[in-house]
Amino acid sequence: MAGVELSGVSKRFGDVSVIDNVSLEIAQGEFVVFLGPSGCGKSTLLRLVAGLEQLDEGAILIDGNRVDNLPPGKRDVAMVFQHYALYPHMTVRDNLAFGLRNTGVSEDEIGGRIATAVEKLEIGDFLQRRPGQLSGGQKQRVAIARAIVKQPKLFLFDEPLSNLDAALRARTRIELAQLHQQLRTTMIFVTHDQVEAMTLADRIVVINERRIEQIGTPMEVYRRPATSFVASFVGTPKINLVPVTAANAGGLAAARMPDGTLLETTIPWDEALARDGATLGLRPENVRITGATQGQAPATARVVERLGERTIVYAALADGTLLTTEDRGDSTVQPGDEVGLAIDGNAAHLFAADGTGHHAGAA
Amino acid sequence: MLASQQGRRSTWDRWSGMLFVAPYLLLFVLMLVVPLVIGFRLSLTRGDLFGIREEVGFANYGRLFADPVFIQVIWNTLYFVVLTVPAFAVLGLLLALALNQQSRWAAVLRAIFFASTVLSVTVVTLIWRLVLLPEQGLAAVLANAIGAEPVAFLSSQATAMPAIAVTTIWWGIGLPMVLFLAALQQVPRDLYEAAALDGASRWRTLRSITLPSIKRTMVLVIIVEIILQFQLFGQAQLLTNGGPNNSTRPIVLFIYEAGWKQWQLGYAAAAAQILFAMIAIAAMAQYYVSSRRDAA
Repeated sequence: MAGVELSGVSKRFGDVSVIDNVSLEIAQGEFVVFLGPSGCGKSTLLRLVAGLEQLDEGAILIDGNRVDNLPPGKRDVAMVFQHYALYPHMTVRDNLAFGLRNTGVSEDEIGGRIATAVEKLEIGDFLQRRPGQLSGGQKQRVAIARAIVKQPKLFLFDEPLSNLDAALRARTRIELAQLHQQLRTTMIFVTHDQVEAMTLADRIVVINERRIEQIGTPMEVYRRPATSFVASFVGTPKINLVPVTAANAGGLAAARMPDGTLLETTIPWDEALARDGATLGLRPENVRITGATQGQAPATARVVERLGERTIVYAALADGTLLTTEDRGDSTVQPGDEVGLAIDGNAAHLFAADGTGHHAGAA
Repeated sequence: MLASQQGRRSTWDRWSGMLFVAPYLLLFVLMLVVPLVIGFRLSLTRGDLFGIREEVGFANYGRLFADPVFIQVIWNTLYFVVLTVPAFAVLGLLLALALNQQSRWAAVLRAIFFASTVLSVTVVTLIWRLVLLPEQGLAAVLANAIGAEPVAFLSSQATAMPAIAVTTIWWGIGLPMVLFLAALQQVPRDLYEAAALDGASRWRTLRSITLPSIKRTMVLVIIVEIILQFQLFGQAQLLTNGGPNNSTRPIVLFIYEAGWKQWQLGYAAAAAQILFAMIAIAAMAQYYVSSRRDAA
């Protein structure tokens, strides 16, 4: 039985459609991340599941029970908000107990559940404080604890890490992953940060412009992006997208790049790639810097970013097309140097004019 | 060297700060402190508009507390404050809760409820005279329609003050309403969403989320209304002129008559000092009680 099931869900605000016919099944205990740019509808989708927005069409089921006509409090879900939404005039303890008291949980049971959550999240020192006396990170832990004590069937996270500084965000991310391993409860996590999505998710749901672009494991989304949007949204530095002319070379696709270089790929040929021109997708790690006379294509280094373990080189092809490429951490390349690019055709992606991705190996 | 420089710096800081507050401070002293002192000084004398005749010490205060009319106007004023201030707080809050929505109707009703506030007291009392007229007034028409005996609200000792209170509430309800509306709109929406997910009923949400969030505004409304309603004057003068039998005579009307009709300036000034003390004590008591509850 699916933990959560959305079927044909649509939502409009007035005349503006924000979610358009979305269907999705989430398995019991799965950690699913809704990933997409601002305004793509991912938060609205989460709020529909929570019951904070009413859907216009479709159905939402949690544990096999239809919930879209139930108020938020009856759906057996807990949510962690972006701005924490802790009750400012209640102590931390009362914040945790509020929802339990409303549903008639006994005071003994409330005490026990709070004790467990407090231990798990190490917030025992400030149970008697008010949210105004806590730091951002502490508030976040309290918000998570408030969700945990409810022992819901489903956790919803609405960009919960976006207000934390970088170090705290990384730490909280790990803690969330551990929490999911302990609780094994279904979780839906909304973010625009692809690193959070890649590191936390069992499956990522990439959403763009009101609809789902791709559902898959982090590696599927990274290695076999369904559309050029997914390819460009997932991965840092961003994938290189180069307009090419694709041709059939013995059942496999070959791509003629703007500078004239012919790149042979292992992508099975599809007539769709010939129509209206295609786009070649190359991850930076698959375009390596080599000696000036080696590799498939000559290029000129323009900008060099040394990250320590690797070096990112922005290199211009003969026609000026700029590619993001990688070199070793101890690279000696300087801006202005003539270099050669070793492009791994086996790892290339081709996108047809409608954005559909084509990848090496059987689909 | 450095220390002396710092010393000079902080002296300059202090005086430049004073410069910034000086314009307000000057007005405050000229318009408030000076009159207050003159008023107090006046209350220790016997005199008329042509000048002070003699120093009498606290004799005016002694006379006031021996004057049965003054004792009654104090009780009248307190009665009026008790009738109006809680009503302003409760009705203002209820209206704000009802009209705190984004609909067109709510906007129209907000404007209507606020509109009465901009009317002058003469217009307001004129309107309510027409409502309260014992024979042809709206209240009488309504009473006749349901077969009841029309009541002469303004000429009965029992109903005159409540009638003035209703007039005043109708006139002034706009201010507490907009103050509460502003406060309600400051409550973050995600608190309500969190409460909804926590399964809180509407009543529970009102008690646990809304009311604690607007507590400061509640204190503000009560203090502002205490200060305003202690100074009841126009409505009482125009609707009943203090009658029947002094039952609606408030302190300010007493001061006005003592000062400007009987020319007893010292006596009027003494009554004004007592009103000032009453308002100050009531407002501070309310503030003290609410800030203590806050700390608990």
